[in-house]
Amino acid sequence: FPGLADVSISQDIPVEGEITVPVGSQSPDEDYSTLDEPVKDTIMRDLKAVGKKFVHVMYPRKSSALLRDWDLWGPLVLCVSLALMLQGGSADSKDDGGPQFAEVFVIIWFGAVVITLNSKLLGGTISFFQSLCVLGYCVLPLTVAMLVCRLVLLASAGTISFIIRLIVVGAMFGWSTLASTAFLADSQPPNRKALVVYPIFLFYFVISWMILTFTPQ
Amino acid sequence: FAEFDDAANLLAANPDATTISIDEPVEIPKNQHSRLQEPGREEDDELLGTDDSDKTELLAGQKKSAPFWTFEYYQTFFDVDTYQVLDRIKGSVFPVPGKNFVRLYIRSNPDLYGPFWICATLVFTIAVSGNLSNFFIHLGKPTYHYVPEFRKVSIAATTIYAYAWLVPLALWGFLMWRNSKVMNIVSYSFLEIVCVYGYSLFIYIPTAILWIIPQNVVRWVLVVFSLCLSGSVLVMTFWPAVRDDNRRIAVATVATILLLHALLAVGCLAYFFDAPELDIPVPIIPAHNGTTVVTKSH
Repeated sequence: FPGLADVSISQDIPVEGEITVPVGSQSPDEDYSTLDEPVKDTIMRDLKAVGKKFVHVMYPRKSSALLRDWDLWGPLVLCVSLALMLQGGSADSKDDGGPQFAEVFVIIWFGAVVITLNSKLLGGTISFFQSLCVLGYCVLPLTVAMLVCRLVLLASAGTISFIIRLIVVGAMFGWSTLASTAFLADSQPPNRKALVVYPIFLFYFVISWMILTFTPQ
Repeated sequence: FAEFDDAANLLAANPDATTISIDEPVEIPKNQHSRLQEPGREEDDELLGTDDSDKTELLAGQKKSAPFWTFEYYQTFFDVDTYQVLDRIKGSVFPVPGKNFVRLYIRSNPDLYGPFWICATLVFTIAVSGNLSNFFIHLGKPTYHYVPEFRKVSIAATTIYAYAWLVPLALWGFLMWRNSKVMNIVSYSFLEIVCVYGYSLFIYIPTAILWIIPQNVVRWVLVVFSLCLSGSVLVMTFWPAVRDDNRRIAVATVATILLLHALLAVGCLAYFFDAPELDIPVPIIPAHNGTTVVTKSH
């Protein structure tokens, strides 16, 4: 894994995984197979991995957990919830309304794929799904912002609420961009970092714009 | 032994120079002579830029040798550093008279990064600025309800990407066809034309942001200004390519290039940005049957 050669692991990340040494008897009773465990354990293990990654995004520091054990469950959950919350926008005619569910979905996934391809074409050493994982998980602050916006809009829809929403969305946009840059920037060649960071900035800007311009009917 | 190093370097740069390696007093005039020669040689290379097409095309052929189904083939189109992209953007905004954008900045290393991301930025800038501008124009009206107008993003994307890819394709095909008829035409590769068009769209990004200002005069001044800048870059790129051709065809080609560029700007302004309200006091005209009719002019 050439991209992980200079990643420092801070002390409070537990090292997990199993080391099975194939010496001794080969009898199947001694192998621990995940087929035999209760279903609750299987689900809880994945849920805990997703939750741990959420924590890593909210407090971004240099960690390899997001990169090493990538999964796409978290991004899927975030994308679906964001797309669902963006529904119910005002639409006098179909042409003037906010983005539909499919549009949000396509923008997030297609945008993440294009940014990943861009960083790989520029010579990045990160793998395709690791990058998708990081970009998807870093949508979490913006999903929180969407939740806050919807709650604020329930209370009032005037200028004060707009200013609150603007501040919240702006702060979360900065958080998302900084978090994803912190995870992704190290795997890029040093003289092309800005070329890789700019599309990430544009991607989160578009999502923030969609969140900010959401107006309920 | 520094003098021997200098002599070796100068010899590598100037292989035709005769060398006398024994006496120091004889080497010194040779050093001065070669140093005087080098700036002159560089100037010739710049002025002869348009005639270097054979060499640069050979070099371009040597670079992209990976087969097109491998990932490395496409990586050759992204072989640019940050400062190179910034230089190319600067070159598209400040046209230097007499210098060719392709020869000066691209130098047989066309990239797809600039065109693609400039087009993407332009799409979202136009959509967001249009939305903001409409919001500010209609702000005071009691019947106005804000809409995000998200459909316009897809329309903007289709328009701008079609312009940035189909017009270079047509232009490249046209130049190839004329090249087969008239021998001396300099022909650019398809990617170089895409590159020029992509970078020439950069000026429309700040223009679109400034179009939020709801004054017609300001908007049209911006259109003319940005058209002059990026249009001149396009003209200076393509005029050397067609000037050896039939006079009328050359002029018609350059005129079409400029016309399409202008059409893009004017079309985006007309479609995405509503006309600003004029501040004329509302006259009250008594109608025939005695009721007053209030008219408002846009």
